[in-house]
Amino acid sequence: MTRSQKIEEKFFKLLMIVATYFILIILAIIIYSIFEKGLKSISWEMLTQVPQGGYYYGKGGGILNAILGSLALAFGATLLAFVIGMPVALYLNVFLIRHKRVISIIRFLLDLVWGIPSIVYGAFGFSLMIFFGLQTSLLAGILTVTLFILPIMIRSMDEILCTVPIGLQEAAYSLGSNKSEIAFKIFTRQSFSGIITAVLLSFGRGIGDAAAVLFTAGYTDHVPNGLLEPVATLPLSIFFQLSSPVAEVQNRAYASALVLTLIILIVSLFSRGLGKRYHKTKINF
Amino acid sequence: MIISLLLVAFLPFLLFIGLYLKSVLLLHDYSLGDLIFSKVWRPSSGKFGFAPFIIGSIWVTVVSMLITAPICLLTAIYVTQYTKKYFLRIMHPAIDILAGIPSVVYGLWGILVIVPFISRYLGPWLGIQTMGYSILAASFVLSIMIIPFVLNILIEIFRAIPTELKEAALSLGATQWQTIKHVLLRKALPGIIAAFGFGLARAFGETMAVLMVVGNVVRLPKSVFDPGYTLPALIANNYGEMLSIPKYDSALMFAALLLLAVSLFFNLVMHFFIVRYNKY
Amino acid sequence: MDQNTKIEIRDLNVFAGKTQILKNINIDIPKNKITVILGPSGCGKTTLLKCLNRLTDLYPELKVSGQILIDGNNILEAKEDIYKLRQQMGLLSQRPYPLPMTIYNNIAYALKLRGIKNRREIHKLVMHYLQQASLWEEIRTRLREPASRLSIGQQQRLCLARGLAVNPEIILADEPTSALDPISSQFIEETFGSLKNDYTIVLVTHVLRQAKRIADNVVFMYLGEVIEQGSVEEVFGNPKMEKTKLYLGGTFN
Repeated sequence: MTRSQKIEEKFFKLLMIVATYFILIILAIIIYSIFEKGLKSISWEMLTQVPQGGYYYGKGGGILNAILGSLALAFGATLLAFVIGMPVALYLNVFLIRHKRVISIIRFLLDLVWGIPSIVYGAFGFSLMIFFGLQTSLLAGILTVTLFILPIMIRSMDEILCTVPIGLQEAAYSLGSNKSEIAFKIFTRQSFSGIITAVLLSFGRGIGDAAAVLFTAGYTDHVPNGLLEPVATLPLSIFFQLSSPVAEVQNRAYASALVLTLIILIVSLFSRGLGKRYHKTKINF
Repeated sequence: MIISLLLVAFLPFLLFIGLYLKSVLLLHDYSLGDLIFSKVWRPSSGKFGFAPFIIGSIWVTVVSMLITAPICLLTAIYVTQYTKKYFLRIMHPAIDILAGIPSVVYGLWGILVIVPFISRYLGPWLGIQTMGYSILAASFVLSIMIIPFVLNILIEIFRAIPTELKEAALSLGATQWQTIKHVLLRKALPGIIAAFGFGLARAFGETMAVLMVVGNVVRLPKSVFDPGYTLPALIANNYGEMLSIPKYDSALMFAALLLLAVSLFFNLVMHFFIVRYNKY
Repeated sequence: MDQNTKIEIRDLNVFAGKTQILKNINIDIPKNKITVILGPSGCGKTTLLKCLNRLTDLYPELKVSGQILIDGNNILEAKEDIYKLRQQMGLLSQRPYPLPMTIYNNIAYALKLRGIKNRREIHKLVMHYLQQASLWEEIRTRLREPASRLSIGQQQRLCLARGLAVNPEIILADEPTSALDPISSQFIEETFGSLKNDYTIVLVTHVLRQAKRIADNVVFMYLGEVIEQGSVEEVFGNPKMEKTKLYLGGTFN
């Protein structure tokens, strides 16, 4: 190796190390600043109360409305996306397994849908709402978020299911099971952890997104008690509190951001843990 | 099963038709060229020029990709070629967390850290007067958001290259860096371009984080330190009043339609690019 | 040291974690002969080959100890000049891995790594090595096409030409015909036959008949150990060890 080659290699290796640690340090800074700001202003009151009168001018209350609203919305949307998405993913991998062309076209369409920005779903949901004469509501929010997380759900389940080897399917056929039985028994057992991961991933996306619910879910200071009422969400509550000129309200935005980040971190840790645990019952090839 | 499948498969067309029907009102009165190239945005007097938003979006997207692309490429090479396996086990959760942090939280972080950094340190240091809320702030926040997305694809691409190809180059007497530069990068090139393309499409449509730090001023930005406005921010900021001004709702739906078109276009092009290249 | 010994392997042990892949390997590889390393899959043949040109460096989990002497120099101790060292050997792997470049540049790249910069000389040598791998006539008009467009058999011969282009003294081949059709395999085998006057060839295979056809010397390995070694007549004609007899008789493979 000549001298200049050595210098070149050293230089690029240094750049690589800098880039890698840049990412890790930025992550640390983000986590640190969220926690540092959030912990200062978080309180039990914030987590357990809905906004009182004058909340947005710094008076008492909390963000319970947004926490519950976000959870309800994300649960609803994840459930709905699962009910629609699971059959699609199974259908792709059981009934269409021999039609490579059809599968690849559908996967391609799904990838396209995955790439569409959430604000577009929001706008689309809004125009549908107006068309049908609906108000902003939990239901409209759920429907919009479902559309938005559906491709994520299907594609991540599909990624898992398509690793189930054809041999396993054939073994099951030869024992006399029909296609639907195979789909539900073999596949779900074989890829349980992957499916859980897909569900939690979609849940995380659903709960964190603001642009899709901006138009459709509305906002309210109450805990909703019906599908047709408007509902507050954490991302929007952060956004609104942050745009307030009152310092106290801004501080609550930091606390709300901490809550939202924690929910998402817990969900993602949970999915990793579950994924590892159920890995053991899986047959390895 | 089949109904769900059809619903999902035709979702892009459904979105397209839905948004088109809503924006047809606007397209009826103005030509497409006028809408895209006109710089005057005054909805109350019926002037809908989207140029400031389109150009703002392009600025933010391009600058953020300029930051993201080299960082992701260097990191992907480092973690796949130079480090031991355990390092990837540290990187993966880190990438997952970055990918999981919601857009609003990124925006908040931008307001807390990046905006003051630009207005107090970077701007004065370069002798530029800036509020901090700027194209640069948005690009920077956006670039961090896109990193996990692009990096994941790149790591997969580099891991998919067979070790034997590396061995072939090394056995000819190439150094590790020569192998990376002449063989691995060339082998991965279509994948790298596609990863950047997908990242670009994603950056273009990002809404909340950008909206919170870009400044939201309707004018053509002259430098990265100027505030700007993007298409998604336009939609998100004005949904409240869109029913009170004639054709305003139609204009916002047109903005969504533009976003959808750009996203579909980029993803399509990248997809066919990969398919085409894989044949060889 | 015997004048005619090119490579001496002494007490070579390779561990991957706690499992031992190679156990106390001692082999003499004679100069300008074809030495075939024979044995069932998974007996450590490929690892042995990778030790010879230090590709084991790529796998940090492998621990290599012992000595490999090439012309009397222990290559396992070499620190600086691994690149030069690897250029003493041309490698041919199980499947062809052409570099992602044109056919011409696949060879030219190897030449450039050797330090040849003169374009006319490169041109001449590319032709020379393609001829040596008996590929020139078939592809002389396609030199600027991507190498991946060649057939598998042609790709493997291109890889052979590329291996020769670093001007090695030794050719290492790891089951080079296992992915090829019979005609391409025959091509490769014939090429080896004509190359052995100038090169020391080490060929790994699990195909008995191939070993019989082209070997001068045979090393039989089983589960990481050398069971028997000697000339092809000795090992095939009069095997001493029980395991060798069983393997040659086709009882296990």
